[in-house]
Amino acid sequence: MRTLRSRLVRAGLALAGVAALASPACGRQPTETIKIGHYASLTGSEATFGKSTDNGIRLAVDEVNAKGGVTIAGKTYKIELVSDDTEGKPEKAGTVVTKLITKDKVKAVLGEVASSVSLQGAPVCQAYGVPMITPSSTNYTVTQKGNMIFRVCFIDPFQGFACAKFAKDELKLTKAAILFDQAAAYSVGLKDEFIKHFKSMGGTIVSEQAYTKGASDFNAQLTRIRETNPEVIFIPGYYSDVAKISIQARKLGMTMPLLGGDGWDSEELAKNAGEAIDGCFYSNHYAPDQPTEAIQTFVSKYQQRFGGIPDGLAALGYDAANVLFDAMARAKSHSGKDLRDAIAATKNFKAVTGTITINDQRDAVKPAVIVERKGGKWAFRAAIEPQR
Amino acid sequence: MSHETPPTPGLVSSLVRGYMPFVVAVGVAIVMQVVVRPNVDPYPAKLLLDIGINCILAVSLTMVNGFTGQFSMGHAGFMAVGGYASGAITYYTSMRVWGAGEARGGVLSGMLGGEGLPWLTVGDGLFLFSLIVGGVVAAGLGYLVGLPSLRLKGDYLAIVTLGFGEIVRVVIQQTSPVLTSAEEVRQATILQLPTHVGGSLGFSGIPYYTGLFWVYLGVCVTLIVAFRLKTSTFGRAFLSIRNDEIAAEAMGVNTTRYKVWAFVIAAFFAGIAGGLFSHTLGVGLSPEAAGFLRSFDVIIMVVLGGLGSISGAVAAAIIVTLLPEWLRGVAEYRMIIYALALILIMIFRPKGLFGVREVWDRATWAWLSRRKSGTGARGGARE
Amino acid sequence: MDQFLQTLMGALAIGSLYALIALGYTMVYGILKFINFAHSDVVVLGAWGSLVFARWAERTAGWSQTPWYLGGVVLIAAMVLCGTVGFLVERLAYKPLRRAPRINVLITAIGVSLFLQNTGQLEAVFGTRPASIPRLVGDRTIAQIGLVKIEMLDVVGLFTALSFMLGLDWLVFRTKIGRAMRAVSFNPQTAGLMGVPVDRVISFTFVLGSMLAATGGFLWALKYSQVNQPADTGWTLLGLKAFVAAVVGGIGNVRGAMLGGLAIGLLEQFGSAYLSSSLSDVYVFSLLIVVLLFRPSGILGSTAVEKV
Repeated sequence: MRTLRSRLVRAGLALAGVAALASPACGRQPTETIKIGHYASLTGSEATFGKSTDNGIRLAVDEVNAKGGVTIAGKTYKIELVSDDTEGKPEKAGTVVTKLITKDKVKAVLGEVASSVSLQGAPVCQAYGVPMITPSSTNYTVTQKGNMIFRVCFIDPFQGFACAKFAKDELKLTKAAILFDQAAAYSVGLKDEFIKHFKSMGGTIVSEQAYTKGASDFNAQLTRIRETNPEVIFIPGYYSDVAKISIQARKLGMTMPLLGGDGWDSEELAKNAGEAIDGCFYSNHYAPDQPTEAIQTFVSKYQQRFGGIPDGLAALGYDAANVLFDAMARAKSHSGKDLRDAIAATKNFKAVTGTITINDQRDAVKPAVIVERKGGKWAFRAAIEPQR
Repeated sequence: MSHETPPTPGLVSSLVRGYMPFVVAVGVAIVMQVVVRPNVDPYPAKLLLDIGINCILAVSLTMVNGFTGQFSMGHAGFMAVGGYASGAITYYTSMRVWGAGEARGGVLSGMLGGEGLPWLTVGDGLFLFSLIVGGVVAAGLGYLVGLPSLRLKGDYLAIVTLGFGEIVRVVIQQTSPVLTSAEEVRQATILQLPTHVGGSLGFSGIPYYTGLFWVYLGVCVTLIVAFRLKTSTFGRAFLSIRNDEIAAEAMGVNTTRYKVWAFVIAAFFAGIAGGLFSHTLGVGLSPEAAGFLRSFDVIIMVVLGGLGSISGAVAAAIIVTLLPEWLRGVAEYRMIIYALALILIMIFRPKGLFGVREVWDRATWAWLSRRKSGTGARGGARE
Repeated sequence: MDQFLQTLMGALAIGSLYALIALGYTMVYGILKFINFAHSDVVVLGAWGSLVFARWAERTAGWSQTPWYLGGVVLIAAMVLCGTVGFLVERLAYKPLRRAPRINVLITAIGVSLFLQNTGQLEAVFGTRPASIPRLVGDRTIAQIGLVKIEMLDVVGLFTALSFMLGLDWLVFRTKIGRAMRAVSFNPQTAGLMGVPVDRVISFTFVLGSMLAATGGFLWALKYSQVNQPADTGWTLLGLKAFVAAVVGGIGNVRGAMLGGLAIGLLEQFGSAYLSSSLSDVYVFSLLIVVLLFRPSGILGSTAVEKV
């Protein structure tokens, strides 16, 4: 009876024009394959972020498969990666993650880069009991969405702290101005954290100006900042806007260093800003020129496979996938709950972007690095340890 | 404003004559939730939900852009306002009363589970109330934006509505983070709460009440109202403005009054759609939702379906929702395909695929058989 | 004082770019009575066309120093490119709709805009990353008052916008083609009966408007050096603001566009500098709504009664 009813319903839906999608997705995979999902902005204006992360994940997946796969509870599985596009839009996250979990039947989900998108994907993973690891969403509320949600990057409160500490202790500066992107949650969050920490360390914020993503003219904001004579300008924006800001600031005769967050991390920044960005700093997840073995092997492998120096997002994608595989090897089974417990138990995992320990808030605790533009190159300047 | 106008049948009486369709609407909605939802996979179910919300948006915009021939480009602004208003009501009321923001709905709410729950709960009542308030707030704004249409024609109005959507977006960006602990919510005053809706990060944490029942109830009610509007004296007045505003005025139609009404009704349903949207699992209500890109999406649906065809808008909403899912492989070309489709339809079918007619009207399909004969070549663009 | 002067300079510089783009909107509106939504995308094409052409020229010629004339050559190339695209768009998309209701033309314009944006975004065309244009005009400071520098490029921009405005004014009111344009604007049918080649006049207007857009895009690219990707919302906002400038000044009025552009530039810059930088878009759109409510025909526009 039930089958008849459901058949009738399906027939009705087919008439409604949903036929192709309503049919149950039960393409049986050979038992030795496990699917993992990645939702990312593969098209649209944030496409470069999603593609970098996807490359990093792909590299990790290929490596683990080349080693024979992952062994879960005595049985070895190959890993298959299913990547799907969110166009960088929060409202698409629900549909894409639902598809990954219920149609593709992935056992774990990786993604997204943007916190605003992850915030919408996370409740879906939580509702279906599938663990999710975000490689690079730094907004602290993301992992509060439930006990299935993890991340392998640091969080904005820490990044704000790292930038403030670097400006105050390392550069010995006390007067900062801020220019932030009011349309990006990332930028607003980082700005608030920086202000909080910088003030508590005894610094003063002399001016706080806003712009909107995609703007080209910063004359009014920069002129106003210039009036207040700051020693450093904190710009927690994305690289595409930072290039324009730095050029205009130099034209206005402002020579103080600019300081930013991981949104600056792109080869395009220096390409477009030229010498305007000299002597500037940003906090990042890793620096490709750090002489540790983990980083140098990763960089050379990535260059071989994709060409170009991997950015922080690629490294984090690679780490997120490897944390997952490490957890899978320790898990009792590939059920969502067992995988979750294994990920939560991750301790001192040697990753490219530092040693990862997952804490009680399901966040990774690890240092941030500060990168400096010097002599036409980005160079490692300092590592800021997390507050314990 | 209205006392000078000749007596016309009231809006309410022309919309609420006969309650049977509403009973059917509730029946359809229950079937969608109780029979369809558990029997299809979650992914197609989610697509059905997206289709429903887009239907409400498209059909409501048809009332302004189709029936009345005005051109609103700020529909997403109304949707966002409704979504934020209703989201703030359910979230903060839940936090104050129950100390937690989770949904407390019955069988008819949500997209997951539902076994062993009562059919309707207090939570559902709260949700329904918030939807209506969201609609009313959006309608109020619709009145404000509709007022300029006293003075503005065609493309000026388009720009004003577009500017309105942008203003809404920037204003929402300025709001403060969502309060996540019950303590903070209890300490805040009622007037402070609406300012804590997340700013540019988006409003997350809204309880997930939206399920197929509520969405398709909304779709059915929107459809009933749209059809009744179209066939009532009231709706005839809308159509007369669209066909020739000056002639309509000469015939004693108070064009201003009807134009404002069209805006108010459309904004109300956009607000309802926003409320449904904001209470859906995995759907982000962010300031971008008010931006013009989202408004363009709805306009594309209305134009594809035909300016003034209700069933056409529904068909287009279905196509526009499913097409990106089918075109996942060629996502980069999707918008190019839409754009070309828009241009070609405007050139070859100037009134949209279905024109002002409905899908089941025989005349709608006449052009297929008449194509070779002389009458078909007229194009029908002259008004 | 420094701040005031610097803001004023910035306002004049960006205002003249708005004005240059607004001229294109105003011309098309004047003659066809519709908002050419795709105009801002032609500006984008102008900026990206200049960028690609300048890079190509530098790469193939391998100059040790950019020759002084390259800027002019690039500008002409961008104008030819945009003029051609403008001509094609008018012929293929707008011309078949000559007799259609205005709303159809408006929707088509949105379609053309989406088409240009998303085609430009393809990796094979311009891609999704911002890029920077080689320096064609040296960063020269002409004069300096205190901290305030007067930049060569800003002066060039203001001068270009002014001269284009005067040129257009002359064209519309003093030449034969200008008379034909005014005739078509007044009543296309009658103009046609009087022997005005209506289609050719409209094409001419479009090509001219697109060339103005190319100039705007070229100067924009030079001024900001980095060019946003073609589908960036920043471009759409730029187009909207330029359109608002045209409406505020009085749409269809060449001098009005100039005035409106400068007014928008001043409002936006001084609002950002002295009130709050987070609301700069709100000021512009609020001004639009206020102007439309109290003086719908704009500052310099003449009130016309709609013909039956």
